[in-house]
Amino acid sequence: MRISREEVRQIALLARLELTTTEETELIEHFDKILSYVEKLNQLNTDGVEPTAHAVAVPGPLREDRVTNQADTEALLQNAPAREADFFKVPKIIE
Amino acid sequence: MALYNLTIHEASALLRKRDLSAQELTRAVLERIRTTDAQIHSYLIVSEAEALRQAETADRMLAAAEPLPLLCGIPVAVKDVILTKGIRSTAGSQMLAHFVPPYDATVTRRLREAGAVIVGKVNCDEFAMGSSTENSAFLPSRNPWDPTRVPGGSSGGSATAVAADQALAALGTDTGGSIRLPSSFCGVVGLKPTYGRVSRFGVVAYASSLDQVGPFAKDAQDCALMLQAIAGHDPRDSTSVNTPVPDYQASLTQGVDGLRIGIPKEYFVEGMQPAVEAAVRQAIAELGALGARPVPISLPHTEYAIATYYLIATAEASSNLARYDGMKYGYRAPQTAGLVDTYRRTRAQGFGNEVKRRIMLGTYVLSAGYYDAYYLKAQKVRTLIRQDFLKAFETCDLIATPVAPTTAFRLGEKTADPLTMYLSDIFTIAVNLAGLPGLSIPCGFDEKNMPIGVQLIGRPFGEEALLQAAYVYEQATQWHTRKPPL
Repeated sequence: MRISREEVRQIALLARLELTTTEETELIEHFDKILSYVEKLNQLNTDGVEPTAHAVAVPGPLREDRVTNQADTEALLQNAPAREADFFKVPKIIE
Repeated sequence: MALYNLTIHEASALLRKRDLSAQELTRAVLERIRTTDAQIHSYLIVSEAEALRQAETADRMLAAAEPLPLLCGIPVAVKDVILTKGIRSTAGSQMLAHFVPPYDATVTRRLREAGAVIVGKVNCDEFAMGSSTENSAFLPSRNPWDPTRVPGGSSGGSATAVAADQALAALGTDTGGSIRLPSSFCGVVGLKPTYGRVSRFGVVAYASSLDQVGPFAKDAQDCALMLQAIAGHDPRDSTSVNTPVPDYQASLTQGVDGLRIGIPKEYFVEGMQPAVEAAVRQAIAELGALGARPVPISLPHTEYAIATYYLIATAEASSNLARYDGMKYGYRAPQTAGLVDTYRRTRAQGFGNEVKRRIMLGTYVLSAGYYDAYYLKAQKVRTLIRQDFLKAFETCDLIATPVAPTTAFRLGEKTADPLTMYLSDIFTIAVNLAGLPGLSIPCGFDEKNMPIGVQLIGRPFGEEALLQAAYVYEQATQWHTRKPPL
Protein backbone atom coordinates (compact mmCIF):
# COMPACT_ATOMS: atom_id res chain seq x y z
CA MET A 1 0.00 0.00 0.00
CA ARG A 2 1.23 3.45 -0.88
CA ILE A 3 -0.22 5.11 2.16
CA SER A 4 -0.53 3.99 5.77
CA ARG A 5 -3.51 4.25 8.10
CA GLU A 6 -1.49 6.75 10.16
CA GLU A 7 -1.03 8.96 7.07
CA VAL A 8 -4.73 8.75 6.19
CA ARG A 9 -5.54 9.88 9.73
CA GLN A 10 -3.11 12.78 9.46
CA ILE A 11 -4.61 13.92 6.13
CA ALA A 12 -8.12 13.60 7.55
CA LEU A 13 -7.11 15.88 10.42
CA LEU A 14 -5.66 18.43 7.97
CA ALA A 15 -8.84 18.18 5.88
CA ARG A 16 -11.02 18.51 9.00
CA LEU A 17 -12.84 15.27 8.29
CA GLU A 18 -13.80 12.63 10.82
CA LEU A 19 -13.49 9.16 9.29
CA THR A 20 -14.72 5.78 10.42
CA THR A 21 -12.30 2.84 10.38
CA THR A 22 -14.15 1.46 7.35
CA GLU A 23 -13.76 4.78 5.54
CA GLU A 24 -10.05 4.80 6.39
CA THR A 25 -9.65 1.32 4.92
CA GLU A 26 -11.52 2.32 1.75
CA LEU A 27 -9.37 5.42 1.38
CA ILE A 28 -6.15 3.43 1.79
CA GLU A 29 -7.31 1.25 -1.13
CA HIS A 30 -8.50 4.23 -3.18
CA PHE A 31 -5.23 6.11 -2.67
CA ASP A 32 -3.35 3.00 -3.73
CA LYS A 33 -5.24 2.81 -7.02
CA ILE A 34 -5.24 6.48 -7.86
CA LEU A 35 -1.62 7.11 -6.85
CA SER A 36 -0.49 4.18 -9.03
CA TYR A 37 -2.58 5.58 -11.86
CA VAL A 38 -1.18 9.13 -11.64
CA GLU A 39 2.35 7.75 -11.52
CA LYS A 40 2.19 7.62 -15.32
CA LEU A 41 2.98 11.35 -15.26
CA ASN A 42 6.52 10.40 -14.23
CA GLN A 43 7.03 8.93 -17.72
CA LEU A 44 7.18 12.52 -18.94
CA ASN A 45 10.24 14.69 -18.69
CA THR A 46 8.99 18.10 -17.56
CA ASP A 47 12.39 19.71 -16.92
CA GLY A 48 12.18 23.34 -17.96
CA VAL A 49 8.39 23.22 -18.50
CA GLU A 50 6.56 26.12 -16.88
CA PRO A 51 3.58 25.09 -14.74
CA THR A 52 0.10 26.24 -15.82
CA ALA A 53 -2.18 27.47 -13.05
CA HIS A 54 -4.80 29.01 -15.36
CA ALA A 55 -5.29 28.14 -19.03
CA VAL A 56 -6.20 31.71 -19.90
CA ALA A 57 -3.64 34.15 -18.57
CA VAL A 58 -5.50 36.99 -16.89
CA PRO A 59 -3.47 39.81 -15.37
CA GLY A 60 -4.61 40.49 -11.81
CA PRO A 61 -7.16 43.23 -12.35
CA LEU A 62 -7.06 46.18 -10.00
CA ARG A 63 -10.05 48.11 -8.77
CA GLU A 64 -10.59 51.10 -6.58
CA ASP A 65 -10.66 50.31 -2.91
CA ARG A 66 -14.17 51.40 -2.09
CA VAL A 67 -17.27 49.76 -0.69
CA THR A 68 -19.70 48.67 -3.40
CA ASN A 69 -22.07 46.49 -1.39
CA GLN A 70 -24.24 47.09 1.62
CA ALA A 71 -24.26 44.64 4.46
CA ASP A 72 -27.71 43.13 4.79
CA THR A 73 -27.37 41.53 8.19
CA GLU A 74 -30.72 39.79 8.15
CA ALA A 75 -30.12 38.24 4.71
CA LEU A 76 -26.68 37.03 5.75
CA LEU A 77 -27.93 35.52 8.99
CA GLN A 78 -30.83 33.77 7.31
CA ASN A 79 -28.74 30.67 6.56
CA ALA A 80 -26.85 30.59 9.86
CA PRO A 81 -26.91 27.19 11.59
CA ALA A 82 -27.23 29.08 14.88
CA ARG A 83 -27.64 32.76 15.69
CA GLU A 84 -28.17 35.05 18.62
CA ALA A 85 -29.50 38.54 17.95
CA ASP A 86 -27.45 39.92 15.05
CA PHE A 87 -24.59 37.47 15.47
CA PHE A 88 -23.52 34.06 14.25
CA LYS A 89 -23.48 31.72 17.21
CA VAL A 90 -20.46 29.42 17.12
CA PRO A 91 -18.87 26.86 19.45
CA LYS A 92 -16.36 28.13 21.98
CA ILE A 93 -13.07 28.63 20.14
CA ILE A 94 -10.71 29.13 23.07
CA GLU A 95 -10.53 26.03 25.20
CA MET B 1 -46.63 19.19 -31.40
CA ALA B 2 -47.03 20.21 -27.77
CA LEU B 3 -45.93 23.63 -26.51
CA TYR B 4 -43.19 22.08 -24.37
CA ASN B 5 -41.63 20.60 -27.52
CA LEU B 6 -40.81 24.08 -28.84
CA THR B 7 -37.27 25.32 -29.18
CA ILE B 8 -36.36 28.78 -27.89
CA HIS B 9 -36.29 30.30 -31.35
CA GLU B 10 -39.64 28.75 -32.27
CA ALA B 11 -41.26 29.85 -29.01
CA SER B 12 -39.78 33.35 -29.28
CA ALA B 13 -41.29 33.79 -32.72
CA LEU B 14 -44.73 32.76 -31.44
CA LEU B 15 -44.43 34.90 -28.30
CA ARG B 16 -43.45 37.96 -30.33
CA LYS B 17 -46.36 37.48 -32.73
CA ARG B 18 -48.61 37.16 -29.65
CA ASP B 19 -49.70 33.71 -30.86
CA LEU B 20 -48.55 32.32 -27.51
CA SER B 21 -48.25 33.80 -24.03
CA ALA B 22 -45.34 33.25 -21.69
CA GLN B 23 -47.79 32.03 -19.06
CA GLU B 24 -49.25 29.39 -21.41
CA LEU B 25 -45.76 28.21 -22.30
CA THR B 26 -44.62 28.13 -18.67
CA ARG B 27 -47.74 26.22 -17.61
CA ALA B 28 -47.16 23.68 -20.39
CA VAL B 29 -43.59 23.13 -19.20
CA LEU B 30 -44.66 22.88 -15.53
CA GLU B 31 -47.30 20.32 -16.52
CA ARG B 32 -44.70 18.37 -18.48
CA ILE B 33 -42.48 18.29 -15.38
CA ARG B 34 -45.43 17.02 -13.31
CA THR B 35 -46.21 14.17 -15.69
CA THR B 36 -42.65 13.00 -16.41
CA ASP B 37 -40.33 13.82 -13.53
CA ALA B 38 -41.20 10.79 -11.40
CA GLN B 39 -39.51 8.69 -14.11
CA ILE B 40 -36.30 10.66 -14.52
CA HIS B 41 -35.82 12.96 -11.47
CA SER B 42 -34.44 16.01 -13.23
CA TYR B 43 -35.61 18.55 -10.67
CA LEU B 44 -34.61 19.10 -7.05
CA ILE B 45 -37.03 21.99 -6.76
CA VAL B 46 -39.70 23.37 -9.08
CA SER B 47 -40.21 27.06 -8.38
CA GLU B 48 -43.71 27.14 -9.78
CA ALA B 49 -45.11 30.27 -8.14
CA GLU B 50 -42.06 32.33 -8.93
CA ALA B 51 -41.92 30.99 -12.50
CA LEU B 52 -45.52 32.02 -13.09
CA ARG B 53 -44.78 35.48 -11.72
CA GLN B 54 -41.81 35.81 -14.06
CA ALA B 55 -43.98 34.63 -16.96
CA GLU B 56 -46.55 37.28 -16.09
CA THR B 57 -43.84 39.93 -16.17
CA ALA B 58 -42.68 38.59 -19.53
CA ASP B 59 -46.22 38.82 -20.87
CA ARG B 60 -46.42 42.47 -19.82
CA MET B 61 -43.17 43.17 -21.67
CA LEU B 62 -44.47 41.32 -24.71
CA ALA B 63 -47.66 43.40 -24.62
CA ALA B 64 -45.78 46.70 -24.44
CA ALA B 65 -44.31 47.30 -27.87
CA GLU B 66 -40.77 47.76 -26.60
CA PRO B 67 -37.51 46.14 -27.65
CA LEU B 68 -37.68 42.73 -25.99
CA PRO B 69 -34.87 41.00 -24.14
CA LEU B 70 -33.31 37.94 -25.78
CA LEU B 71 -35.06 35.17 -23.83
CA CYS B 72 -38.30 36.94 -22.96
CA GLY B 73 -40.78 34.39 -21.59
CA ILE B 74 -38.57 31.32 -22.15
CA PRO B 75 -38.75 28.64 -19.42
CA VAL B 76 -35.29 27.43 -18.42
CA ALA B 77 -33.79 25.18 -15.73
CA VAL B 78 -30.67 25.95 -13.69
CA LYS B 79 -28.17 23.46 -12.28
CA ASP B 80 -28.27 23.42 -8.51
CA VAL B 81 -24.64 24.55 -8.10
CA ILE B 82 -25.68 27.92 -9.57
CA LEU B 83 -27.11 30.29 -6.97
CA THR B 84 -30.64 31.59 -7.40
CA LYS B 85 -31.72 34.30 -4.98
CA GLY B 86 -34.59 33.10 -2.84
CA ILE B 87 -34.64 29.61 -4.41
CA ARG B 88 -32.94 26.84 -2.45
CA SER B 89 -29.58 25.92 -3.99
CA THR B 90 -28.09 22.72 -2.60
CA ALA B 91 -25.30 21.82 -5.06
CA GLY B 92 -26.61 18.28 -4.67
CA SER B 93 -25.22 18.14 -1.13
CA GLN B 94 -26.63 17.58 2.36
CA MET B 95 -24.19 20.31 3.39
CA LEU B 96 -26.41 22.88 1.64
CA ALA B 97 -29.73 21.02 1.89
CA HIS B 98 -31.49 24.09 3.33
CA PHE B 99 -29.38 26.86 1.82
CA VAL B 100 -31.40 29.71 0.31
CA PRO B 101 -28.99 32.11 -1.40
CA PRO B 102 -29.29 35.79 -0.50
CA TYR B 103 -28.02 36.72 -3.98
CA ASP B 104 -28.04 35.58 -7.62
CA ALA B 105 -25.09 34.18 -9.52
CA THR B 106 -24.15 36.52 -12.37
CA VAL B 107 -25.41 33.95 -14.90
CA THR B 108 -28.74 33.77 -13.05
CA ARG B 109 -29.00 37.55 -13.03
CA ARG B 110 -28.24 37.61 -16.75
CA LEU B 111 -30.93 35.03 -17.46
CA ARG B 112 -33.42 37.12 -15.49
CA GLU B 113 -32.34 40.29 -17.31
CA ALA B 114 -32.80 38.43 -20.60
CA GLY B 115 -36.42 37.80 -19.56
CA ALA B 116 -36.06 34.05 -19.02
CA VAL B 117 -38.45 32.21 -16.69
CA ILE B 118 -36.57 30.02 -14.19
CA VAL B 119 -38.79 26.98 -13.64
CA GLY B 120 -36.55 25.21 -11.15
CA LYS B 121 -33.23 23.82 -10.00
CA VAL B 122 -31.94 20.63 -11.53
CA ASN B 123 -30.08 17.71 -10.04
CA CYS B 124 -26.35 17.10 -10.21
CA ASP B 125 -23.56 15.10 -8.64
CA GLU B 126 -22.68 16.54 -5.24
CA PHE B 127 -20.61 19.71 -5.74
CA ALA B 128 -20.44 18.73 -9.45
CA MET B 129 -18.15 15.81 -8.64
CA GLY B 130 -19.15 12.84 -10.75
CA SER B 131 -19.99 11.55 -14.21
CA SER B 132 -23.41 9.95 -13.67
CA THR B 133 -25.46 12.11 -11.23
CA GLU B 134 -25.40 9.08 -8.89
CA ASN B 135 -23.37 11.18 -6.42
CA SER B 136 -26.32 13.51 -5.80
CA ALA B 137 -27.03 13.42 -2.07
CA PHE B 138 -30.75 13.33 -2.83
CA LEU B 139 -31.41 10.85 -5.64
CA PRO B 140 -29.95 9.89 -8.99
CA SER B 141 -31.43 11.30 -12.19
CA ARG B 142 -32.28 8.79 -14.91
CA ASN B 143 -31.76 8.82 -18.65
CA PRO B 144 -35.01 9.68 -20.49
CA TRP B 145 -34.02 7.28 -23.31
CA ASP B 146 -33.78 4.38 -20.85
CA PRO B 147 -34.43 5.02 -17.15
CA THR B 148 -32.23 2.07 -16.14
CA ARG B 149 -29.28 4.07 -17.47
CA VAL B 150 -27.53 7.16 -16.12
CA PRO B 151 -27.90 10.55 -17.80
CA GLY B 152 -24.18 11.26 -17.36
CA GLY B 153 -22.90 13.90 -15.01
CA SER B 154 -22.31 15.99 -13.26
CA SER B 155 -24.98 18.23 -14.88
CA GLY B 156 -27.30 15.23 -15.34
CA GLY B 157 -30.51 17.05 -14.42
CA SER B 158 -29.79 19.85 -16.90
CA ALA B 159 -29.47 17.27 -19.70
CA THR B 160 -32.53 15.21 -18.72
CA ALA B 161 -34.70 18.33 -18.33
CA VAL B 162 -33.88 19.49 -21.86
CA ALA B 163 -34.04 16.02 -23.42
CA ALA B 164 -37.45 15.37 -21.84
CA ASP B 165 -38.84 18.82 -22.76
CA GLN B 166 -39.11 19.81 -19.08
CA ALA B 167 -37.41 23.11 -19.95
CA LEU B 168 -36.61 24.76 -23.27
CA ALA B 169 -32.96 25.02 -22.22
CA ALA B 170 -30.82 24.75 -19.11
CA LEU B 171 -27.59 25.92 -17.54
CA GLY B 172 -24.96 23.51 -16.31
CA THR B 173 -21.31 23.62 -15.35
CA ASP B 174 -18.38 21.73 -16.82
CA THR B 175 -15.12 21.10 -14.94
CA GLY B 176 -13.99 17.92 -16.73
CA GLY B 177 -16.89 17.11 -19.05
CA SER B 178 -19.95 17.79 -16.90
CA ILE B 179 -21.88 19.53 -19.69
CA ARG B 180 -20.66 17.55 -22.70
CA LEU B 181 -20.95 14.02 -21.25
CA PRO B 182 -24.61 14.33 -20.17
CA SER B 183 -25.45 16.16 -23.42
CA SER B 184 -24.04 13.23 -25.33
CA PHE B 185 -25.73 10.59 -23.14
CA CYS B 186 -29.13 12.33 -23.39
CA GLY B 187 -29.03 13.49 -27.02
CA VAL B 188 -29.03 17.28 -26.58
CA VAL B 189 -26.64 20.07 -27.54
CA GLY B 190 -24.26 21.18 -24.77
CA LEU B 191 -21.54 23.80 -24.82
CA LYS B 192 -18.65 24.37 -22.43
CA PRO B 193 -17.42 27.85 -23.26
CA THR B 194 -13.79 28.97 -23.20
CA TYR B 195 -12.50 29.43 -19.65
CA GLY B 196 -13.22 33.08 -18.83
CA ARG B 197 -16.03 33.57 -21.37
CA VAL B 198 -18.74 33.26 -18.70
CA SER B 199 -18.71 34.56 -15.13
CA ARG B 200 -18.34 32.06 -12.27
CA PHE B 201 -19.55 34.55 -9.64
CA GLY B 202 -22.19 32.85 -7.50
CA VAL B 203 -21.41 29.39 -8.85
CA VAL B 204 -20.51 26.90 -6.12
CA ALA B 205 -16.79 26.34 -6.74
CA TYR B 206 -15.35 22.88 -7.38
CA ALA B 207 -12.05 23.41 -9.24
CA SER B 208 -11.77 27.10 -9.97
CA SER B 209 -9.20 26.96 -12.77
CA LEU B 210 -11.38 24.49 -14.69
CA ASP B 211 -15.04 25.29 -13.85
CA GLN B 212 -17.12 26.99 -16.52
CA VAL B 213 -20.87 27.58 -16.90
CA GLY B 214 -22.56 26.73 -20.19
CA PRO B 215 -25.88 25.98 -21.89
CA PHE B 216 -27.84 22.83 -22.67
CA ALA B 217 -30.24 23.28 -25.57
CA LYS B 218 -32.37 21.45 -28.10
CA ASP B 219 -30.38 22.75 -31.07
CA ALA B 220 -27.38 24.87 -32.02
CA GLN B 221 -29.38 28.04 -32.52
CA ASP B 222 -30.84 27.84 -29.00
CA CYS B 223 -27.38 27.09 -27.67
CA ALA B 224 -26.14 30.29 -29.33
CA LEU B 225 -29.00 32.28 -27.78
CA MET B 226 -28.29 30.94 -24.29
CA LEU B 227 -24.56 31.65 -24.63
CA GLN B 228 -25.36 35.17 -25.84
CA ALA B 229 -27.40 35.78 -22.71
CA ILE B 230 -24.74 34.64 -20.22
CA ALA B 231 -21.39 35.46 -21.87
CA GLY B 232 -19.24 38.46 -21.07
CA HIS B 233 -16.96 40.10 -18.57
CA ASP B 234 -18.03 40.39 -14.95
CA PRO B 235 -16.11 42.63 -12.55
CA ARG B 236 -17.10 40.19 -9.79
CA ASP B 237 -15.13 37.34 -11.40
CA SER B 238 -11.55 38.40 -11.96
CA THR B 239 -10.98 35.35 -14.18
CA SER B 240 -13.73 36.37 -16.59
CA VAL B 241 -12.11 37.83 -19.67
CA ASN B 242 -12.84 41.29 -20.98
CA THR B 243 -13.03 40.59 -24.71
CA PRO B 244 -16.05 41.55 -26.82
CA VAL B 245 -18.87 39.00 -27.07
CA PRO B 246 -19.65 38.35 -30.74
CA ASP B 247 -23.20 38.11 -32.11
CA TYR B 248 -23.50 34.32 -32.16
CA GLN B 249 -26.76 34.39 -34.15
CA ALA B 250 -25.26 36.47 -36.92
CA SER B 251 -22.52 33.98 -37.73
CA LEU B 252 -24.60 30.85 -37.22
CA THR B 253 -25.45 30.18 -40.86
CA GLN B 254 -21.96 30.75 -42.28
CA GLY B 255 -21.34 27.03 -42.83
CA VAL B 256 -18.12 25.08 -42.75
CA ASP B 257 -16.88 25.54 -46.29
CA GLY B 258 -13.10 25.29 -46.30
CA LEU B 259 -12.91 24.77 -42.52
CA ARG B 260 -10.14 22.33 -41.56
CA ILE B 261 -11.35 19.77 -39.04
CA GLY B 262 -8.58 18.07 -37.09
CA ILE B 263 -9.05 14.39 -36.29
CA PRO B 264 -6.75 13.43 -33.40
CA LYS B 265 -5.62 9.82 -33.67
CA GLU B 266 -5.39 9.53 -29.86
CA TYR B 267 -9.18 9.92 -29.56
CA PHE B 268 -10.02 6.81 -31.57
CA VAL B 269 -8.79 4.05 -29.31
CA GLU B 270 -9.11 0.33 -28.61
CA GLY B 271 -12.10 -0.54 -26.48
CA MET B 272 -14.43 2.13 -27.80
CA GLN B 273 -17.99 1.03 -28.41
CA PRO B 274 -18.06 0.29 -32.18
CA ALA B 275 -21.35 2.17 -32.72
CA VAL B 276 -19.83 5.29 -31.13
CA GLU B 277 -16.76 5.23 -33.35
CA ALA B 278 -18.89 4.58 -36.45
CA ALA B 279 -21.31 7.45 -35.68
CA VAL B 280 -18.50 9.92 -34.96
CA ARG B 281 -16.62 8.97 -38.13
CA GLN B 282 -19.86 9.31 -40.08
CA ALA B 283 -20.40 12.79 -38.58
CA ILE B 284 -16.90 13.80 -39.68
CA ALA B 285 -17.64 12.49 -43.18
CA GLU B 286 -20.87 14.51 -43.25
CA LEU B 287 -19.04 17.67 -42.21
CA GLY B 288 -16.64 16.84 -45.06
CA ALA B 289 -19.56 16.55 -47.47
CA LEU B 290 -20.72 19.98 -46.27
CA GLY B 291 -17.42 21.53 -47.31
CA ALA B 292 -15.11 21.02 -44.34
CA ARG B 293 -11.74 19.37 -44.84
CA PRO B 294 -10.76 16.63 -42.35
CA VAL B 295 -7.04 16.64 -41.51
CA PRO B 296 -5.22 14.13 -39.32
CA ILE B 297 -3.66 15.65 -36.19
CA SER B 298 -1.96 14.40 -33.05
CA LEU B 299 -2.49 15.39 -29.41
CA PRO B 300 0.33 13.28 -27.97
CA HIS B 301 -0.26 13.98 -24.26
CA THR B 302 -3.91 12.87 -24.30
CA GLU B 303 -3.25 9.77 -22.20
CA TYR B 304 -1.98 11.93 -19.33
CA ALA B 305 -5.06 14.14 -19.11
CA ILE B 306 -7.06 12.17 -16.53
CA ALA B 307 -4.12 11.81 -14.15
CA THR B 308 -3.34 15.51 -14.50
CA TYR B 309 -6.97 16.43 -13.91
CA TYR B 310 -7.43 14.37 -10.76
CA LEU B 311 -4.39 15.99 -9.15
CA ILE B 312 -5.29 19.56 -10.08
CA ALA B 313 -9.06 19.31 -9.61
CA THR B 314 -8.85 17.60 -6.21
CA ALA B 315 -6.22 20.05 -4.98
CA GLU B 316 -8.44 22.97 -5.91
CA ALA B 317 -11.49 21.21 -4.47
CA SER B 318 -9.81 20.62 -1.12
CA SER B 319 -9.14 24.37 -0.87
CA ASN B 320 -12.54 25.46 -2.16
CA LEU B 321 -14.51 23.12 0.08
CA ALA B 322 -12.63 24.23 3.19
CA ARG B 323 -15.29 26.93 3.47
CA TYR B 324 -17.93 24.42 4.57
CA ASP B 325 -17.17 24.62 8.26
CA GLY B 326 -20.70 24.79 9.66
CA MET B 327 -20.35 28.34 11.00
CA LYS B 328 -22.12 30.89 8.82
CA TYR B 329 -24.30 28.76 6.57
CA GLY B 330 -24.93 25.14 5.71
CA TYR B 331 -25.06 22.09 7.92
CA ARG B 332 -23.56 21.99 11.44
CA ALA B 333 -23.21 18.75 13.37
CA PRO B 334 -25.01 18.72 16.71
CA GLN B 335 -23.35 17.55 19.93
CA THR B 336 -19.66 18.05 19.45
CA ALA B 337 -16.68 18.44 21.75
CA GLY B 338 -15.01 21.70 20.82
CA LEU B 339 -14.18 23.56 17.64
CA VAL B 340 -12.05 21.09 15.67
CA ASP B 341 -14.49 18.33 16.51
CA THR B 342 -17.35 20.51 15.23
CA TYR B 343 -15.54 21.03 11.95
CA ARG B 344 -14.70 17.36 11.54
CA ARG B 345 -18.15 16.02 12.35
CA THR B 346 -19.92 18.71 10.33
CA ARG B 347 -17.88 17.77 7.27
CA ALA B 348 -18.10 14.03 7.94
CA GLN B 349 -21.89 14.21 8.10
CA GLY B 350 -22.43 16.91 5.47
CA PHE B 351 -20.28 15.53 2.63
CA GLY B 352 -20.85 12.34 0.63
CA ASN B 353 -18.22 9.69 -0.14
CA GLU B 354 -16.94 11.00 -3.48
CA VAL B 355 -16.55 14.51 -2.11
CA LYS B 356 -14.59 13.16 0.87
CA ARG B 357 -12.37 11.10 -1.44
CA ARG B 358 -11.53 14.17 -3.51
CA ILE B 359 -10.93 16.41 -0.50
CA MET B 360 -8.61 13.75 0.95
CA LEU B 361 -6.65 13.29 -2.28
CA GLY B 362 -6.42 17.05 -2.80
CA THR B 363 -5.23 17.64 0.75
CA TYR B 364 -2.62 14.92 0.28
CA VAL B 365 -1.21 16.24 -3.01
CA LEU B 366 -0.93 19.74 -1.57
CA SER B 367 0.66 18.62 1.70
CA ALA B 368 4.27 19.21 2.62
CA GLY B 369 6.62 16.79 0.87
CA TYR B 370 4.18 15.83 -1.90
CA TYR B 371 3.42 19.17 -3.54
CA ASP B 372 6.25 19.03 -6.11
CA ALA B 373 5.81 15.35 -6.93
CA TYR B 374 2.08 15.58 -7.57
CA TYR B 375 0.58 19.05 -7.83
CA LEU B 376 3.47 20.88 -9.47
CA LYS B 377 4.13 17.94 -11.78
CA ALA B 378 0.49 17.98 -12.88
CA GLN B 379 0.62 21.72 -13.55
CA LYS B 380 3.64 21.16 -15.81
CA VAL B 381 1.92 18.36 -17.71
CA ARG B 382 -1.05 20.70 -18.03
CA THR B 383 1.25 23.02 -19.98
CA LEU B 384 2.18 20.17 -22.34
CA ILE B 385 -1.49 19.28 -22.88
CA ARG B 386 -2.35 22.88 -23.67
CA GLN B 387 0.61 23.15 -26.07
CA ASP B 388 -0.64 20.05 -27.92
CA PHE B 389 -3.87 21.87 -28.74
CA LEU B 390 -2.23 25.17 -29.68
CA LYS B 391 0.11 23.32 -32.03
CA ALA B 392 -2.79 21.37 -33.56
CA PHE B 393 -4.65 24.61 -34.22
CA GLU B 394 -1.80 25.69 -36.49
CA THR B 395 -3.04 23.13 -39.02
CA CYS B 396 -6.78 22.97 -38.28
CA ASP B 397 -9.65 25.25 -37.28
CA LEU B 398 -11.73 22.82 -35.27
CA ILE B 399 -11.14 19.41 -33.71
CA ALA B 400 -13.74 16.62 -33.85
CA THR B 401 -13.72 13.68 -31.42
CA PRO B 402 -16.15 11.38 -29.64
CA VAL B 403 -17.56 12.84 -26.40
CA ALA B 404 -17.26 9.51 -24.58
CA PRO B 405 -16.04 6.01 -25.45
CA THR B 406 -19.51 4.53 -24.84
CA THR B 407 -23.16 5.52 -24.69
CA ALA B 408 -24.92 5.85 -21.31
CA PHE B 409 -24.10 3.05 -18.87
CA ARG B 410 -26.44 1.48 -16.33
CA LEU B 411 -27.06 2.88 -12.86
CA GLY B 412 -24.72 1.18 -10.41
CA GLU B 413 -22.41 -0.09 -13.17
CA LYS B 414 -19.46 2.13 -12.21
CA THR B 415 -20.18 3.22 -8.64
CA ALA B 416 -18.06 0.50 -7.03
CA ASP B 417 -14.82 1.66 -8.65
CA PRO B 418 -14.21 5.43 -8.70
CA LEU B 419 -11.33 5.16 -11.18
CA THR B 420 -13.55 3.42 -13.76
CA MET B 421 -16.06 6.24 -13.34
CA TYR B 422 -13.29 8.84 -13.79
CA LEU B 423 -12.35 7.23 -17.14
CA SER B 424 -15.79 8.17 -18.57
CA ASP B 425 -14.33 11.66 -19.01
CA ILE B 426 -11.31 10.52 -21.01
CA PHE B 427 -12.25 12.54 -24.13
CA THR B 428 -13.57 15.68 -22.43
CA ILE B 429 -11.09 16.42 -19.65
CA ALA B 430 -8.16 17.75 -21.69
CA VAL B 431 -10.39 20.53 -23.05
CA ASN B 432 -10.84 21.92 -19.52
CA LEU B 433 -7.14 21.66 -18.76
CA ALA B 434 -6.45 23.67 -21.93
CA GLY B 435 -9.30 26.12 -21.20
CA LEU B 436 -10.85 25.62 -24.66
CA PRO B 437 -14.49 25.68 -25.78
CA GLY B 438 -16.07 22.28 -26.45
CA LEU B 439 -19.50 21.39 -27.79
CA SER B 440 -21.40 18.11 -27.85
CA ILE B 441 -23.97 17.56 -30.56
CA PRO B 442 -26.13 14.49 -31.26
CA CYS B 443 -24.75 12.39 -34.14
CA GLY B 444 -26.64 9.10 -33.99
CA PHE B 445 -27.81 6.21 -31.83
CA ASP B 446 -26.39 2.85 -30.89
CA GLU B 447 -28.10 -0.54 -31.33
CA LYS B 448 -30.01 0.00 -28.04
CA ASN B 449 -31.30 3.36 -29.24
CA MET B 450 -29.08 5.35 -26.86
CA PRO B 451 -27.83 8.72 -28.14
CA ILE B 452 -24.24 9.32 -29.30
CA GLY B 453 -22.51 12.72 -29.30
CA VAL B 454 -19.69 14.15 -31.35
CA GLN B 455 -17.46 16.72 -29.64
CA LEU B 456 -16.23 19.80 -31.47
CA ILE B 457 -13.31 21.62 -29.85
CA GLY B 458 -12.39 25.17 -30.80
CA ARG B 459 -9.66 27.75 -30.38
CA PRO B 460 -9.84 29.98 -27.29
CA PHE B 461 -12.95 32.18 -27.67
CA GLY B 462 -13.81 30.30 -30.88
CA GLU B 463 -17.40 29.43 -29.87
CA GLU B 464 -18.72 30.90 -33.14
CA ALA B 465 -16.98 28.26 -35.24
CA LEU B 466 -18.34 25.46 -33.03
CA LEU B 467 -21.89 26.76 -33.30
CA GLN B 468 -21.61 27.28 -37.07
CA ALA B 469 -20.42 23.73 -37.60
CA ALA B 470 -23.09 22.36 -35.26
CA TYR B 471 -25.81 24.35 -37.01
CA VAL B 472 -24.96 23.27 -40.55
CA TYR B 473 -24.52 19.66 -39.38
CA GLU B 474 -27.94 19.69 -37.68
CA GLN B 475 -29.64 21.09 -40.76
CA ALA B 476 -28.18 18.24 -42.79
CA THR B 477 -28.78 15.36 -40.38
CA GLN B 478 -31.68 16.15 -38.00
CA TRP B 479 -30.42 13.78 -35.24
CA HIS B 480 -31.23 16.51 -32.71
CA THR B 481 -34.97 16.34 -33.48
CA ARG B 482 -35.40 12.78 -32.13
CA LYS B 483 -37.28 12.58 -28.83
CA PRO B 484 -37.01 10.00 -26.05
CA PRO B 485 -40.03 7.72 -25.51
CA LEU B 486 -41.51 9.41 -22.42
